[in-house]
Amino acid sequence: MSLRIVVTVKYVPDATGDRHFADDLTVDRDDVDGLLSELDEYAVEQALQIAENADDAEVTVLTVGPEDAKDALRKALSMGADKAIHVEDDDLHGTDAIGTSLVLAKAIEKAGYDVVISGMASTDGTMGIVPALVAERLGVPQVTLLSEIAVEDGKVTGRRDGDAASEQLEASLPAVVSVTDQSGEARYPSFKGIMAAKKKPVESWDLSDLDIEAEEVGLEGAFTKVEAATARPARTAGTIVKDEGEGGKQLAEFLAGQKFI
Amino acid sequence: MAEVLVYVDHVDGAVRKPTLEVLTLARRIGEPVAVALGAGAAATAATLAEHGAVKVLTSEAAEFADYLVVPKVDALQAAYEAVSPAAVLLPTSADAKEIAARLALRIGSGIITDAIDVEAGSDGPVATQSVFAASFTTKSVVSKGTPVITVKPNSAPVEAAPAAGAVEELSVSFSALATGTKVVSRTPRESTGRPELTEAAIVVSGGRGVNGAENFAIIEALADELGAAVGASRAAVDAGWYPHTNQVGQTGKSVSPQLYIANGISGAIQHRAGMQTSKTIVAVNKDAEAPIFELADYGVVGDLFQVVPQLTEEIKARKG
Repeated sequence: MSLRIVVTVKYVPDATGDRHFADDLTVDRDDVDGLLSELDEYAVEQALQIAENADDAEVTVLTVGPEDAKDALRKALSMGADKAIHVEDDDLHGTDAIGTSLVLAKAIEKAGYDVVISGMASTDGTMGIVPALVAERLGVPQVTLLSEIAVEDGKVTGRRDGDAASEQLEASLPAVVSVTDQSGEARYPSFKGIMAAKKKPVESWDLSDLDIEAEEVGLEGAFTKVEAATARPARTAGTIVKDEGEGGKQLAEFLAGQKFI
Repeated sequence: MAEVLVYVDHVDGAVRKPTLEVLTLARRIGEPVAVALGAGAAATAATLAEHGAVKVLTSEAAEFADYLVVPKVDALQAAYEAVSPAAVLLPTSADAKEIAARLALRIGSGIITDAIDVEAGSDGPVATQSVFAASFTTKSVVSKGTPVITVKPNSAPVEAAPAAGAVEELSVSFSALATGTKVVSRTPRESTGRPELTEAAIVVSGGRGVNGAENFAIIEALADELGAAVGASRAAVDAGWYPHTNQVGQTGKSVSPQLYIANGISGAIQHRAGMQTSKTIVAVNKDAEAPIFELADYGVVGDLFQVVPQLTEEIKARKG
């Protein structure tokens, strides 16, 4: 039977743009250009490599987000994924990580899966907890933050590099996996890939397709509330000196004045 | 007074500093009850008591080391049910964030990660976070359930606040999921003898300008003179000059030391995301136009191969 791989991806505001908050204190997704979260490209790459090494596999990319989020799916399809699912619903606006994991878990179950692959975190929220939440909801092993991954014989194995130690992990499928930016450079879409992506199927699901009530998600359903968002005051201009041969000593003088030495 | 659960990050009984910082914040909200898991858990009690833990719940079951994350979630949930705390606080780490998230889901609560401050509020604890590469600061509350909050290292001072620290054995029954992901082997990191990057009071980093693995010796020499941790930019790590575990930035570690010294680092958004909340920032770079100088409290436009060794020598001389 075919190995069913579902890759979760997120469409995020460009980190090099001027990111800010909307009036309702959600992330403003209108005024800044969006793109497939860079860290999710690593997940797409590993999914494609696992599929290439399997006898028979299918890679489905899944996103939850507004209309524009299709761009993220299109990018993943042009890299080589087979099909895409876009969960889109006006009631999703303002959904937090807990709510997002509900939508993803329901969609993953509906799509059918053997292995779910995610990036290590999004580049906007940066929490890095959605894979663990999805694993908890699906009731399957979590094999997260892998820098090396292999899927064979109904098992996933990989290396998780922690602060104190590097761990070799193993779990039976089905499982939820996340990969780091150390897992291997993501491929660039080829011209052929970009053309082929235009013909690949993108399914659209809304909350009713997933039997989720509007109150369970969105700003209303959120378990956390942002009460205030303040732009960080610009750092006061520091002292910049040009090294004329004494730069190191001048720097030492500054550090001494600040009581660091 | 309400109790606050504090998850203890320790290595074989040695409590890591961020846990003590979390105890400082926990005492603002209630009486800290610490939860220490795994080999050496009971040995954490004395340190935790010195810093305000009224109770220390321990379990040394083998499952904590043999399987990933879920056994710890089971244990923290058991502690939560035994204590009925006003909040659950954890020092941020990759493991702790995942443990916190799964606990929050199980107990029907919201979760806030990477707080840089936690204060008591009229509707429960208010968490401050630094977002969008530290260009914004937000204040958030958990609006449903018992707040579960992870706190970034260096977000609070370590304070002595002696308390009873009574040790109690925590009884944990592991869920079927607990043994889902096996830790087949574990290779401890080789100690460099330097402080842990995220915990260090001073971080000395090198970037593209260091221009080679062998040249990191001058970054390390300065770090050692200051008792600092060594960091590296993504460019330096991608080039293979320094290990990924030392990477500072969006896809590496986020640090918030008292002093951050950036050498040969331009200061791209990717890097700023990981160090912009540092209290004092110093930069050494050949390029006067490098964006890192916009953040710097003190900057030297010059060749790091001249400036850094001179700085190291000068510090050595001043120490006498």
